[in-house]
Amino acid sequence: MANITSNTEAQRLTFWERIYLPEIAKGLGLTLKQMFKPKFTRQYPEERWIPEGSYRGRPVLVQEEDGERCVACGLCSRVCPALAIEVRAAETDKEKERYPEKFEINMLRCIYCGFCEEVCPEEAIVMSKDYELVFGSQEEGIFGKEKLLVPVAQLQERLEFLRQWR
Amino acid sequence: MSTTELIIVLVQAGILVNLMLVAAAYMVLAERKVAAWIQNRIGPNRVGPWGLFQSFADVIKLYLKEDVVPAAADYKFHLLAPIIAIGVAVTVFAVIPFTPPLEIDGTLYTLTMTPNMNIGILAVLAMTSVGVYGVALAGRSSNNKYSLMGGLRSSAQMISYELSMGLAIVGVVLIAGTLNLVEFINWQSQNIWLIFLQPFGFILFMVTALAETNRAPFDLPEAEPELVGGYHTEYSGMKFGLLYLAEYANILASSCIMAALYLGGWDAIPFLDDAAILGFPATSILMVVIGHVAFLTKAFALVFVFIWIRWSLPRFRYDQLMNLGWKILLPLALANVVLTGLGVYFFS
Repeated sequence: MANITSNTEAQRLTFWERIYLPEIAKGLGLTLKQMFKPKFTRQYPEERWIPEGSYRGRPVLVQEEDGERCVACGLCSRVCPALAIEVRAAETDKEKERYPEKFEINMLRCIYCGFCEEVCPEEAIVMSKDYELVFGSQEEGIFGKEKLLVPVAQLQERLEFLRQWR
Repeated sequence: MSTTELIIVLVQAGILVNLMLVAAAYMVLAERKVAAWIQNRIGPNRVGPWGLFQSFADVIKLYLKEDVVPAAADYKFHLLAPIIAIGVAVTVFAVIPFTPPLEIDGTLYTLTMTPNMNIGILAVLAMTSVGVYGVALAGRSSNNKYSLMGGLRSSAQMISYELSMGLAIVGVVLIAGTLNLVEFINWQSQNIWLIFLQPFGFILFMVTALAETNRAPFDLPEAEPELVGGYHTEYSGMKFGLLYLAEYANILASSCIMAALYLGGWDAIPFLDDAAILGFPATSILMVVIGHVAFLTKAFALVFVFIWIRWSLPRFRYDQLMNLGWKILLPLALANVVLTGLGVYFFS
């Protein structure tokens, strides 16, 4: 029992620490040094952040020269945990035989989980780098094919990322 | 007092009040900028170059806000509190001598409102004590427990620290032998800045001034994490703005008083006779300008120290605050008075 030393705050501090003033001066010195260090702020609207390929932004449909890759299998709609995707299939004369007549993603419901991209057998729906999503009404939040289709050239980085890591 | 004199004083008062309020508004910007720099950020920079018009944007915003008064609040006192707060804060500036007197055609004019008030520093202490009423009434009349707590803490804190502040001032009063702020500065420009004779008193005054103006590390009346906004929780619109400006006006007033009492006021070069070195008569327009710049430089340097301290130190606990005030600062201030008294007795 005799060996137990109490280490209350008052006993651990030395005399100079208990006067406060030298310690306060040290603290002030630290903050003064910080004032002249480089700033971390990004000037957002002028200086935008460009995400890496691994970033899961707005889901988009891959568009090739002759239209979308999507074959309207409906797996994405099926797997979507937020029930954000609605697909209506129709037939086409092309080799793939089916295409989505209507493809809508409700961006108010989307949770950017990326399951649609993961489940897609055709690599037809991928997550883009687009993170600036603004709309003025609930109706505007439902993105149809005209907003979802993005040329494949713009999505190369994401497609390469998927091939390497998935 | 003739009509001309009255008009001159009123014009002076108008200019002074407006300048002071603009300065207080800019101190809010300075506070935000310094806080940002210390935290490795940039701070407001959208309104005007380097965010210089942010203060005006803030004031316009405050004017356009709805003025909400809680249904259960005591309306009269709720309205009175910000008026007292800002009124008292502004009144202190009437005593502060910003510039040396100016000689025109053999008559001495001074740009201070009450140039030779013989109880200058006592008037300042009296006015700052009245300032407690603003905060305490704001807390009491809001009918909100957090506001009440803030008001109570503020009054307890101000009463505790006022003693030490008064005693810290006694030290310099003993040495200079006057209560008049103009004579204080004259004494310092002829002899030596009082900070060199009373460094300890200066630190005491600085600490108590931090407590008097409710600044960190003594900002218990506001204490955001515990008391929401403290005494101004239930204030909105320009009433809140007035309480906020009064706080900054108090900081500026404290800085000006420290500059006048300890840092030689308008005396630009310590230890030496400015007018003799620069070769101008002491009451010429040039010396007035130099003196004015010197005074304001000192005052705003001290304002920067206030802001700097706020963003460096954490807040005291309430019992620590009271311990520091009564058990440490008060005895130290008393010891300072005794030692200074002995020094004055033996060396003069």
